[in-house]
Amino acid sequence: MSQRLSFYIHIPYCAKRCGYCDFNTYTPSELKSGDLDTLSSAYIDSALKEIEMAAQVAGNAIVPTIFFGGGTPSLLPAAQLARIIDAIKSKFTLDKDIEITLEVNPDSVTQEFLDEIKSAGATRISMGMQSAVGSVLKVLDRTHNPESVGRAVSMVRAAGFKHVSVDLIYGSPGETMDDWRKSLEYALSLDIDHISAYALIVEKGTKLAAQINRGELTMPPDDQSADKYLLADQLFEAAGFNWYELSNWSKPGGQCRHNIAYWNGSFWWGVGAGAHSYLNGKRWWNVKHPSSYQEKISQGQSPELSHEILTPENLSDEFIMLQIRRREGVLHKQLSSAQIAKAEEFLSSGFLDSASWQDMRLVLSRDGRLIADKIVRELVL
Amino acid sequence: MPAIDISKAPQPAATNPEQIRNFCIIAHIDHGKSTLADRMLGITGVVEARNMRAQYLDRMDIERERGITIKSQAVRLPWKSGLDGKEYILNMIDTPGHVDFTYEVSRSLAACEGAILLVDCAQGIEAQTLANLYLAMENNLTVIPVLNKIDLPSAQPEKFAIELSKLVGCKPEDCLRVSGKSGIGVEELLDQIVAQIPAPKGNPDGPTRALIFDSVYDTYRGVVTYVRVFDGHLSPREQIQMFSTGVKHELLDIGVISPEPVSGKGLGVGEVGYLITGVKDVRQSRVGDTVTTFHKPALEALSGYKDPKPMVFSGLFPIDGDQYPLLRDALDKLQLNDAALVYEPENSAALGFGFRCGFLGLLHMEIVRERLEREFDLTLISTAPNVVYTVTTDTGQELIVTNPSEYPNGKVAQVREPIVKATILSPTDYIGTIMELCQQRRGALNGMDYLSEDRVEIRYTLPLAEIVFDFFDHLKSRTKGYASLDYEPIGEAEGDLVKVDILLQGETVDAFSSIVHRDKAYTYGVMMTSKLRELIPRQQFEVPIQAAIGAKIIARETIRAIRKDVLAKCYGGDISRKRKLLEKQKEGKKRMKMVGRVEVPQEAFIAALSTNADEESGKVKK
Repeated sequence: MSQRLSFYIHIPYCAKRCGYCDFNTYTPSELKSGDLDTLSSAYIDSALKEIEMAAQVAGNAIVPTIFFGGGTPSLLPAAQLARIIDAIKSKFTLDKDIEITLEVNPDSVTQEFLDEIKSAGATRISMGMQSAVGSVLKVLDRTHNPESVGRAVSMVRAAGFKHVSVDLIYGSPGETMDDWRKSLEYALSLDIDHISAYALIVEKGTKLAAQINRGELTMPPDDQSADKYLLADQLFEAAGFNWYELSNWSKPGGQCRHNIAYWNGSFWWGVGAGAHSYLNGKRWWNVKHPSSYQEKISQGQSPELSHEILTPENLSDEFIMLQIRRREGVLHKQLSSAQIAKAEEFLSSGFLDSASWQDMRLVLSRDGRLIADKIVRELVL
Repeated sequence: MPAIDISKAPQPAATNPEQIRNFCIIAHIDHGKSTLADRMLGITGVVEARNMRAQYLDRMDIERERGITIKSQAVRLPWKSGLDGKEYILNMIDTPGHVDFTYEVSRSLAACEGAILLVDCAQGIEAQTLANLYLAMENNLTVIPVLNKIDLPSAQPEKFAIELSKLVGCKPEDCLRVSGKSGIGVEELLDQIVAQIPAPKGNPDGPTRALIFDSVYDTYRGVVTYVRVFDGHLSPREQIQMFSTGVKHELLDIGVISPEPVSGKGLGVGEVGYLITGVKDVRQSRVGDTVTTFHKPALEALSGYKDPKPMVFSGLFPIDGDQYPLLRDALDKLQLNDAALVYEPENSAALGFGFRCGFLGLLHMEIVRERLEREFDLTLISTAPNVVYTVTTDTGQELIVTNPSEYPNGKVAQVREPIVKATILSPTDYIGTIMELCQQRRGALNGMDYLSEDRVEIRYTLPLAEIVFDFFDHLKSRTKGYASLDYEPIGEAEGDLVKVDILLQGETVDAFSSIVHRDKAYTYGVMMTSKLRELIPRQQFEVPIQAAIGAKIIARETIRAIRKDVLAKCYGGDISRKRKLLEKQKEGKKRMKMVGRVEVPQEAFIAALSTNADEESGKVKK
């Protein structure tokens, strides 16, 4: 059987940087270039060369998923993104049921773009909705208008995409329980088959972190975020969206297979500036800045900045760390007897799903998902 | 030139007592005792100027750094009087300058016929100096009042001459004025020592009796014992005997310090010097004990011997449990030089393996801890200090409790605690605040006297337990540093005391148990429970923190169960980041202690045990 290799394509450009974001992305003004078309075409040229490098290492692999993330992939002309898909198609064997996801910005996406990218092979659209409440979007420093998400989803459907997801963020400064309920209800009113919901993380060095440090904004207490998670899970389940990973819910058949690949230890190649890759026990990550990335590539060098080789202990820690976040959970036989004993304490305090435990599986209960990191620490430390 | 060439000066074992003057210097820290002593070494020629280093006599680094003398030492100074032109031997016996070492001071004083009362004439007399002055007067020592630092711009010699004259009972103009720093008046002081202080008296032909006033462990020579001969004489190679133990030793070496040790032919009546017998532990050569000879033993010891008695106890635990054997070795070594230090192994559920240590007082405790950390490179955590309680149970059984965790759980009929007589000297402005502090600390006022128009002596009886915590810090901060304190144990008194336990999820945390006055139990309970609520991270279950007297809960806080401990995102690059965090947490886990099922970071114990002035005084922050 041939090796399977997913692709992640990093598009490191945004029209504007949002206040909470610490991703590896750059605005035209940061890059001192107003012409994104020229910029992106050069970047895609480099990305194509990295795909060639991947082909030299794993050219016989079957590609089950491709994911365009960023940044804002929808900022680029669809033709540029199509070049990537074509290149992968020509160097590798695409799975006949391939999933190709693209992150889009609901504000700037056009019907024309969606049509083009659909015909280039994309199968799934993921949209950054974050919230349906204007004041929350403002705190997050997002520019879009809440209603634009509904419009964008309709366009996605009109273009013929079967799978559409929205991302939500909860626990922003000032967000009330009611605000969150509104966002959830709005998301559930959309014609979508997948939702991701993330608690806001304040990352060092962001504008948001500075505002909090200066006391202009205050993070809500963790307990309130816990309540918001519980509300989300409850409403999603009631609407037929089942959780399959801690922060991800879908209708049947709507799971994101690309993300599952990250969690089940499959191999993936991250193409582009700052992208991470995992192949045969080695993780590596590329140089971060798009210009240094392009420079390396143009010199015929690997864009790798650094790497790590995973030890058996690393692998077993990661296995539990990732698998425990999933609906499938961890099989009893994959745990040591000490870990089983430890887990039984959590079972008795209601943090594990008891039916699954009967079934010889460790699966987190709703409350358990909220303290997943703690449970992992107890199990692996 | 009043200095005498040492080789031509009267020699040890051949000096007529008439030519000897034994004296000590009573002074407060910073009042310039060491500088004056240095100056005397220089003027008498025993230390050449080029060999002089500041505070020549203070041997330990800590002493030199803190500017205080912990251990006394004796120096033989030859001096030709400017008044009568005759040659004399002055033995200067240095005294420890702190409250914890009162007994050692008293033995140094007992070795002298006179004392210099040295007072900084910019600051006036301090409480400990006053206490030592009274001690000197009780010992019938001739006291020479001396004002030091007269060359300072802020000097007020007239004012403090009046204060000193009142205390000593002389005329203000009898107070000598010197500057140890510049040497002004020091020669005159040496002449006055000869003129005023009586020569030692003793029976040269009687059985030998020599007083041990200090005993120091030296890595190369074993214990060096400092003695003052009262009767008879001591000679090299002679068999000697310690009066308290009856143990026999051979005198391997005997001599004087001038200021380096000089071996000699022995010591006669009135002389002061050192002896070495090869013993390795200062407890075999105890301060206050009488040395006599084996072939002609004295029938009666010199009076005043006491066993050093630890007054303050605290648990010392290595932060890193692997350092426990190192801590044991370090304490063994320190004890060779510190007869007052006692310790025994202690096992705390919260802090692991360590030692319960007994100290003479707070300074002694601080010094020991600092030496352990500095000289032995240990990192320690210490429990709150406590005193020794005598507990009588309902069944009439009497228990000595040096550790709150040993306090009986059953019915207690009576608890007695040590009490002290405290003397506080302060500018009169602070009388109110000092009295308030002493009242809060269960003090009883014994009296108050004005030393001068603006300085007052306040006397209180206080439970020692109230002093060992942070009394001194409070006193200093309330009086802008002007007040000074001295205290002296005067016995035991019954107290309305209870043991407060702190429980985490129903389990007593031994390190936090404390014996306190019933009126303060609630405050202590609220303070500790709220402190711990802040310090202990939320667990996956609710953790009640309770303060209890026996089975009765007096305060309660709850650490609510943690509800959220998860990072929402875990994609490509997050995976390595998250695993590395996990690896870091594995390291942190080693510093976690388990109390029952509750995981407590070691930092929480340290923070909870560290005192905070505001909270201790009962002003618990809300």
